[in-house]
Amino acid sequence: MSSNTIKYRNSFLREVEANVEEGEWVRMCMQCGVCSGSCPLGPHWEHPPQELFMMIRAGKREEVLSSSSMWMCTSCYNCIVRCPRELPITHIMHGLAHYAHKLGLAPKNQPTKKFAQLFWDNLSKKGRVNELKLGLSLYFMNGFGEGIKTALKMKDIGLGMYKAKRMNPFEIFGGHGCKDKKGLQAILKKAREIEDAKADQYPKV
Amino acid sequence: MAEKKKLGAYICKGCGIGDRLDIAQLKKTATREGKFAFAKDHDFLCNSDGVKMIQADIDAGEVDHIMIAACSRRAKTDAFRFDNVAMSRANLREGVIWVRPDTEEAEETTQEMADDYIRMACAEVKFMNPPSPSGEQGRVDHVLIVGGGFTGLTAAVEIAKAGYKATIVEQTGNLGGIARQLYKRIPTKAPYIDPQDTGIDALIKQVEENDNITVHLNSTVTKTSGAPGRFSVDISQESGSTKTENFGSIIQASGFKLYDANKLPEFSYGKSPDVVDQLGLEALAKAANGGAIKRPSDGKEVESVIFVQCAGQRSEKEGHLNYCSGHCCMTSIKQAMYFKDTNPDIDTMVVYSELRTPGAGGEDIYRSGQQKGVTFTKGIVSEVTPNGGNLKVKFKDLILDEEVESEADLVVLATGMEPKSGVNIDAIIVEEEEDESEENSKTIPIVPAESVLNLDYRQGPDLPQLVSGFTDSHFICFPYETRRTGIYAAGPVRRPMDMKQASEDATGAALKAIQALENAALGRAAHPRAGDLSFPRFRKEGCTQCKRCTVECPFGAINEDEDGYPVFNEARCRRCGTCMGACPVRVISFENYSVDTIGQAIKAVDIPDEFDEKPRILVLACENDAYPALDMAGMNRIEYSAYVRIAPVRCLGSVSMSWVTDALNNGYDGIILMGCQKGEDYQCHFVKGSEMAHTRMSKVDDTLTQLQLETERVETHEIAISDIQRVPEIINNMAATIEKIGMSPLKF
Amino acid sequence: MATKEYSFYPGCSSQKGASSINQLRSTQTICEELGIKLNEIPDWNCCSASIGYGGGGELPRLTLSARNIALSEQNHPGQDLVATCAACWLATREANDRFNEDSQLMAETNQALKEGGLNLKGEKKVRHMVEVLVEDIGFEEMKNHVKKPLEGIKIAGYVGCQTNRPFGINGESFENPVYLDKMIEAMGAEPVENYEKKVSCCGGALMFSEPEKSQALVKDILEAAYDGGADMIVTPCPVCQMNTEVYQAQINKKYGTNFNIPSVYYSTLMSVAYGKTAKEAALDGQIIRATKLEEIAGK
Repeated sequence: MSSNTIKYRNSFLREVEANVEEGEWVRMCMQCGVCSGSCPLGPHWEHPPQELFMMIRAGKREEVLSSSSMWMCTSCYNCIVRCPRELPITHIMHGLAHYAHKLGLAPKNQPTKKFAQLFWDNLSKKGRVNELKLGLSLYFMNGFGEGIKTALKMKDIGLGMYKAKRMNPFEIFGGHGCKDKKGLQAILKKAREIEDAKADQYPKV
Repeated sequence: MAEKKKLGAYICKGCGIGDRLDIAQLKKTATREGKFAFAKDHDFLCNSDGVKMIQADIDAGEVDHIMIAACSRRAKTDAFRFDNVAMSRANLREGVIWVRPDTEEAEETTQEMADDYIRMACAEVKFMNPPSPSGEQGRVDHVLIVGGGFTGLTAAVEIAKAGYKATIVEQTGNLGGIARQLYKRIPTKAPYIDPQDTGIDALIKQVEENDNITVHLNSTVTKTSGAPGRFSVDISQESGSTKTENFGSIIQASGFKLYDANKLPEFSYGKSPDVVDQLGLEALAKAANGGAIKRPSDGKEVESVIFVQCAGQRSEKEGHLNYCSGHCCMTSIKQAMYFKDTNPDIDTMVVYSELRTPGAGGEDIYRSGQQKGVTFTKGIVSEVTPNGGNLKVKFKDLILDEEVESEADLVVLATGMEPKSGVNIDAIIVEEEEDESEENSKTIPIVPAESVLNLDYRQGPDLPQLVSGFTDSHFICFPYETRRTGIYAAGPVRRPMDMKQASEDATGAALKAIQALENAALGRAAHPRAGDLSFPRFRKEGCTQCKRCTVECPFGAINEDEDGYPVFNEARCRRCGTCMGACPVRVISFENYSVDTIGQAIKAVDIPDEFDEKPRILVLACENDAYPALDMAGMNRIEYSAYVRIAPVRCLGSVSMSWVTDALNNGYDGIILMGCQKGEDYQCHFVKGSEMAHTRMSKVDDTLTQLQLETERVETHEIAISDIQRVPEIINNMAATIEKIGMSPLKF
Repeated sequence: MATKEYSFYPGCSSQKGASSINQLRSTQTICEELGIKLNEIPDWNCCSASIGYGGGGELPRLTLSARNIALSEQNHPGQDLVATCAACWLATREANDRFNEDSQLMAETNQALKEGGLNLKGEKKVRHMVEVLVEDIGFEEMKNHVKKPLEGIKIAGYVGCQTNRPFGINGESFENPVYLDKMIEAMGAEPVENYEKKVSCCGGALMFSEPEKSQALVKDILEAAYDGGADMIVTPCPVCQMNTEVYQAQINKKYGTNFNIPSVYYSTLMSVAYGKTAKEAALDGQIIRATKLEEIAGK
């Protein structure tokens, strides 16, 4: 069968159901479009949530997973509270994004993807977020030259925050963190193991 | 008026009437002007003491024509119900004190209003007689059911359960109809998750074992004559033998046929055996009986199936059905479950443009389908073509906005329901008229159809249809009630529906059929004048055999004898008076409603001198919607002009043109006719009355011109029962118009 | 007045020298006034906020919250877990709800927690600070403590997203919650009626990764506040506060607007109304000074 005709055959839907957080809800979408109309960044989505659900059902694996769409989610939860079918749309978007990222299919320079990874790295190092380091790494996520530009653009904001004692430049040397870093990291490692083992139970597509 | 009528007036002082109106004056009006023998008042006429007072007078033989001046004739009908007397009501509450301000300057005109309503009610009752039975009544506790499918069987069981007899006439050799062809039915009970057994075998068994139900297979109805309570029906066997039987009432459950998918060549129906309609799929599922469903072409187990919704329906294309058949989306979901319940790996896709799952369980059934993994794709299928061993389905995905080609082992077309309602009698009438008017014109070809009922009626052999061939009944107010009294349509012949709806339909029609035969036995009308004992009579010597009554009767109640005189079938009559309004020589009347009862009431109104600056506006208000709306305006204390005088009529169709011309000649300044909505979405309780009145009134301008009156003085309006704000506005606008154009010069 | 005790989860941005330290300071001020004792969860960790999903995935992310809840159970038995930060509350409550609904998830989580010597029982109720104020203290009592009513100040009550959805406060409507307006009223100020952008999104964490798109959202939020005649914006959420306050200069530059409207926490507002000093109310934490509040605090 040609790749065209295997469409609408549910194989990708099954993959999503097995591997994506709350993915088993995708089949329940009734295509009303309330989610798309409720999204604050709606116009910026390449494919709004309801369309993503249809694409999953239509077997468009590459197009879905390489889309920048779900990275547009601001986590405002408007879609969740308005969905007449009560789909946890925000979580499905997060789940899809994470799954795409894990498979290495997410768009390469997607800024939210990069930021999300930086955030996770930052917090999982010491157990708490270091806003200064996070901010700086964010500025430099697209390379050194770009970073200097961004930092200069943002310097007034930094200065304001500093004056209001809402930013501490000494955080760069260590700063906050959990005392039981070791314990926390062991917990996270185990959680990751459990999750990966579960994914392994499902056939790889 | 053979014997001397004993006239008595009863005036109520309750609900503020006594505080607002001069009761002594009203009594004087009744006795002096109305020439009533006596007028009594009571503080609270509708209580048991007041009612007893009236009943005592009737029992003592003091009175046989009573005029009650109290609330609207629509209120307290249980209290004011007296046998064997003629009665009229003057509406002093909703019609006078509740629509007029309680002020000193309004006092005079309010009292004048009340006095006029007394005059009108006195005049009206004087020309009435207590209704007396015609002797036409019959009682047959037996209901004929035409059609032995799910609807007919259900109706038969319901009728038998209620203690009546039922006879089923079924055209084929088997009971069960289309339901017998189904593997399972759409779930009808919570949680609405899985297809459900049809239960048709148990239902057939129930019918066969019931002594009160008779079944005629391979039979048709070849003649139906008579009326409710005395229908005479010829039941003919395929073999040729005919049996004539009497029935009290009839249920037509002649069902539907599936739209012919051969008319959809783009979907390859007929070209590939793997393209089936929904009944075709039922047959495959029945054959598989819970096992793997196999495709017809080569017996391969189906691994992928696509359902094409709205195939040849909900479409304006030539030859397509332009309506939604209502059940097909849920049927496809049910059928997709046949596959999923056997093997969840089978790919099932429903391609729909709008998924419609009406009814309590609809949404749950849809969700259950999704839960089971049925893929729902919003799209429009353009083509199905055989492709090797498979089928190629071309469709446009409306969400993803792209043309798609998909493959499947099997394609199911969700085609629509077409009613088996027999002969379209309106098409016949058109043909006759064309023949009469233009001798050389081509006759309109009639689509050949076999009659279901073969009615021996003046107006044609089958039930009238409204749209798309479905039998007409008012689907909100009076479902099942067709335009032929005592004959009830149930199931998909009435409108497209699924088995659940058909079961409700069958039960409703069964109860209506029982009610109809009971009413007929007592000479009582069916809805909406339920219980009315009067019926139309005509004065033969005045009749010109013009046939307007027989043609215009919306219910086919009037046949013609060989000389062309009308033959009224009392039990078929709904008492609307359309014949009375149609009769150019005014020979048709009812005991309690006639050209005189209303005509004399109109004339009884006191018309002040032109220079009194007190105009008079006559409202002829349909008692079904317009009059209740006027009453409700009163209940809401919405004021309107004190110059109006309202006469309720049974239907605008009963309005005699003489009332209008007489009123104008008597000096009324304006006339308003208020009827129900007409046309295809008619609300008229008597189907055509409002429409005919509008047609008749379109010629009133000539009359007005002849009388040298302004055409603005007569208006006709369509009123809904909810037009509570609008009716007072219409009245007040007429008052304003009269103020502008001046008083009528025709006052004496 | 008996002191009410809660197990308190301050969250990363309430740390010393972090972006919402001013919220923590003013919250402590009003808690002291209202007889609320907040016991900080020892050695708490980040909740992963709403952006942690990208790198974290499902179970690791939820386990972060599980650790905090477990620590709270261990150290503050019988006390509700309370957070001031919308994201902290949302992430913790969501995780807590899911553990309690899904026994398999609970088992897997405990399997992971065991590595750090912890165990989750699932006995905690996770609440937002505003819930404590509205449900345990009540609008009447909040009003009773007012010493300097904020008369003549018109305020746009910006509820934002995560304090409102998907859980919400006090069973109120997602489309038009009124608790914040009622709190503003209780303090003697006037809420902007029908504030059009009351529950609109400020872009949240995407302010960092998608600044232009997010700033466009904030522009509308600010504009609606001006349209409603507001002197300032008040909000319960650290991200909302930060996003509505610190980017005004950049927005002005881009859109040619002239925004300069203070955005304060409800806790700052209440502190001032309760007669506290500017420092106690954390007014020094404002980048755009709330001069009207400073005047009242200085009286």
